[in-house]
Amino acid sequence: MTESVRPPESALRVADHPFLRGLDPSLIESLAEHAVERDFEPGEFVVRDGEIADGCYLVFHGKIALEVSAPDRGRLTIQTVGPGEVLGWSWLTPPYRWQVDARALKHVRAVRLDAEVLRRTFAEMPEAGYQFLLRLLPVIAQRLENTRIQLLDVHGV
Amino acid sequence: MASSAPAATAAAPHPYAPTPYRVLSRVSETADTVTITLAPARGAALGAHRPGQFNMVYAFGVGEVAVSISDDAVAPAPLVHTVRAVGQVTSALARAVPGQVLGVRGPYGRPWPIAGAHGKDVLVVGGGLGLAPLRPLLKELLAHRDRFGRIEIIYGARTPKDLLYYPQIQSWRQRSDWRVQVTVDAAGREWYGDVGLVTARLPDVRLEPARTVAFLCGPEIMMRNTARDLVDRGIPESAIWLSLERNMKCAIAQCGHCQFGPVFVCREGPVFAYTEIRRLLAVREV
Ligand code: FES
Repeated sequence: MTESVRPPESALRVADHPFLRGLDPSLIESLAEHAVERDFEPGEFVVRDGEIADGCYLVFHGKIALEVSAPDRGRLTIQTVGPGEVLGWSWLTPPYRWQVDARALKHVRAVRLDAEVLRRTFAEMPEAGYQFLLRLLPVIAQRLENTRIQLLDVHGV
Repeated sequence: MASSAPAATAAAPHPYAPTPYRVLSRVSETADTVTITLAPARGAALGAHRPGQFNMVYAFGVGEVAVSISDDAVAPAPLVHTVRAVGQVTSALARAVPGQVLGVRGPYGRPWPIAGAHGKDVLVVGGGLGLAPLRPLLKELLAHRDRFGRIEIIYGARTPKDLLYYPQIQSWRQRSDWRVQVTVDAAGREWYGDVGLVTARLPDVRLEPARTVAFLCGPEIMMRNTARDLVDRGIPESAIWLSLERNMKCAIAQCGHCQFGPVFVCREGPVFAYTEIRRLLAVREV
């Protein structure tokens, strides 16, 4: 994994990510200030189950597999996350620990928004934080729906 | 009385009488699904079919079941059917070996309204075995590629091992005149493709909603959610077409086995406009 603190023009790039596009510019500016660009090689873990959830990842390139271990089935990918999508909400509420492994399938370029900065900024700018959460909720809802469909095994019946 | 009956009436085939077809080949698609190719065992073939129609296929001594026609409609023979072994009859069909004779009657049902998509963008969404009745549609889109605008295809299955027609899908993905996205519900590490619902791939499709026609076939929950998202995206409800699967018995609107609310799927379907069945799809059990 390579990491680099984002240069000054990074605010523009972060603002261009579809997940953030159109949000309050001062919120984006606050988040971009501490954003870190990260590259992951294929096979490399982006986050590990049980580790501290240090931030929210905006994916710009590549593909990430969310993996769990399933009895008798080994490692199982339950969802993939690609360009324009966002990875992670475990940073939002205690115990601030990842509940899934995320592994790069293809070379990944992402920007990590720092968890503490996110929480602090939301406390200082609750309205902007609310707007951010409104965008995060559909991501969570889609994961739930995915899980529900998997449980129903709709293709298997 | 009988001697005065006109000759033409005496010769009319019984509506339930199957035509004998011989199995030419059998290809395993997945652990429980096979594709069989059939040619008339003797005499004439059945009438020409259109993409989206189905036949009643009879395993002699076991029973009969409705199976969609899953390859080109251009030539009426041979017939291609993809069958998943889930019950006695489908298991018998899935075990059929080359040379074996099966009975076939059909084709039945309303086909995909492909002509209505001329000059428009086309979105095709399939789930699991739902790709089978969509395949003849896809082949017709390709055969007349210049009649359509952009074409986007999304196909989802339970796992990579459950994908139908995998070699064909791979070749379809190489084409530049349409785009094919494949996703599965869950996968092991050998899979580098997408994992997630077909609806999660919809934001990626590049279509002009107001001039798009969508064709969906798969589990009902998948079609319902996809149709909902497409309407949210601005695709007119009347331009969304779905193929329903129901238990068929007679296939000629006589027995009521296929009824979906007031609708006879064998006669009025299996292809319906979303506007026709939206309310029924929303009902928990019909
Ligand atoms: S199958 Fe008999 S009425 Fe439709």
